[in-house]
Amino acid sequence: MDANSIIEMLTPQVPGASFEAGQSVDFATIYVPAASLVETCRALRETPSLRFNVMLEVTAADYLPREPRFEVVYHLLSIPNRLRLRVKVRVRSNEIDGVVPTVQSVWPAAGWPEREVWDMFGIVFAGHTDLRRLLMPEDWEGHPARKDYPVQIRKPAQTYEPLEVTEDEFKANIARDRLKRPH
Amino acid sequence: MAELRTETMTVNMGPQHPSTHGVLRLVLELDGETITSCMPTIGYLHTGIEKTAEQKKWQQVVPLVERMDYLAAQSNSLAYVLGVEKLLGLEMPQRVKDIRVLLAELQRIASHLVWIGTHAMEIGAVSMLFYAIRERELLMNINELVAGFRFFPSYFRVGGLREDLPRGFHEAVNAFLDRFPGKIDEFEGLLTKNDMFLRRTQGVGVLTLDEALAWGLVGPIARGSGSDYDVRKYFPYSGYEMYQFDVPTATEGDVFARYRVRVEEMRQSVRIARQALQRISPSGAWACDDPRVVPPPKDKVYTEMEALIQHFLIYSQGFTVPAGDVYVPVEGPRGEHGCYIVSDGSNRPWRVKMRPPSFMAIQALPKIVQNGMIADVIAVIGSTDVVMGDCDR
Repeated sequence: MDANSIIEMLTPQVPGASFEAGQSVDFATIYVPAASLVETCRALRETPSLRFNVMLEVTAADYLPREPRFEVVYHLLSIPNRLRLRVKVRVRSNEIDGVVPTVQSVWPAAGWPEREVWDMFGIVFAGHTDLRRLLMPEDWEGHPARKDYPVQIRKPAQTYEPLEVTEDEFKANIARDRLKRPH
Repeated sequence: MAELRTETMTVNMGPQHPSTHGVLRLVLELDGETITSCMPTIGYLHTGIEKTAEQKKWQQVVPLVERMDYLAAQSNSLAYVLGVEKLLGLEMPQRVKDIRVLLAELQRIASHLVWIGTHAMEIGAVSMLFYAIRERELLMNINELVAGFRFFPSYFRVGGLREDLPRGFHEAVNAFLDRFPGKIDEFEGLLTKNDMFLRRTQGVGVLTLDEALAWGLVGPIARGSGSDYDVRKYFPYSGYEMYQFDVPTATEGDVFARYRVRVEEMRQSVRIARQALQRISPSGAWACDDPRVVPPPKDKVYTEMEALIQHFLIYSQGFTVPAGDVYVPVEGPRGEHGCYIVSDGSNRPWRVKMRPPSFMAIQALPKIVQNGMIADVIAVIGSTDVVMGDCDR
């Protein structure tokens, strides 16, 4: 099934959205505006002739210096219809805050991959339940997969001083704990 | 009795726990021995391979992607080279396709052997590890024979293979294929009807088919829950449509079902490998016939000026790949390994992204272990067969 016939099926279900077929050498690619992404994904999952029931991955690519700079890429799989589809969302570099809505409500599998995309590219997924660092340390600065991020940087390892407790404090803690216990 | 109260306890499992298959860390909240919540923390093995790949030439990425899922090195590189070849529009000779199928199936067996050994060891059958690793050693020897490297052969190259098969390859593979089915029977004799093993695995870590698909789990985990999705059957690549094999499935969705699926997969891999070995002639074409990608033979390099120039170009500048993007899935031992490649038309990839099956499996782990016992966490991690190199990349 090519991109244009998928767009024909989607257009009546998602009013007001302007889809665009993308070029590809393997399987159909469609560009979806970010504003109607969740509705489109729900239609892609529910329409009987499409039934994209598995979300394989979410990733992104940074096309610096082109504008719109980022493309968020969703790879979908329909097991009942033996179909694959690539959904792309364009993201401009100046409107990065919450421009892409999360599709967790359609496929729960999107949770971690979207976190990874935020971690690596800094693209915010609006409405995500747990948008924290995933692969990089929690106190890391910057988004390493961006093209303007240096390839090798030196950063001192984060170490923490061991907790220092005096003997008196230690004994007081134990005594306090003993009081807390029910018996 | 009114003032008697219980508290949940937070337990940190990993990242240096022997049964977490590397550096997976789970923060478990326990009510007695029952798990009320589980929060996986990953990233300890993140090495930025995808970022590194953007700095390398197309051919140099092959050893890098092999180091992602380090137990299934050749599944990664197969996905990568098929992707680049699709962008280049290259068609491989049949012999190259058959050799790739054969090595990918041997790789699947090797990966499943590590899984069956560690999984059984973690839930008590310690001796299983030694039996499994002994058989895997023979596969490592075959890798060494083929490529001189046991773990990461980098034998699949864009445009074919690195070189022709060595002498003695057919004998070595045949010897393994003759020996191995009997060994699977031995493994099954140790585990499949072992009452202790059954009690640790049956009805534990149940995942329904709908849950598995909603969490993006395709591969042995979904097949243990009743799915019949296998990339080799649904979207055949590298000539899999010409091979006779079955896709084993189970419907229970518990740890034991995943065990049965993987054991049967090993038998099917032997079946595919036998067919592939029959089709492969001892010598013949080992790369496609495209001078852009494949360097000319050495005797021509030493005698012809044009060949020397071509050789120099390929090894200094590399080759360029037409602009575009491609996603190529292959069926790896852990599920769908997919490689998303973006090219901007230059001699280096713009972006290389692997779809990591272990990443999705760990994401779904809290769902599987919720309300289970703490001892079952180890059985469940073993049955999802996660590799942290694949998860963190």
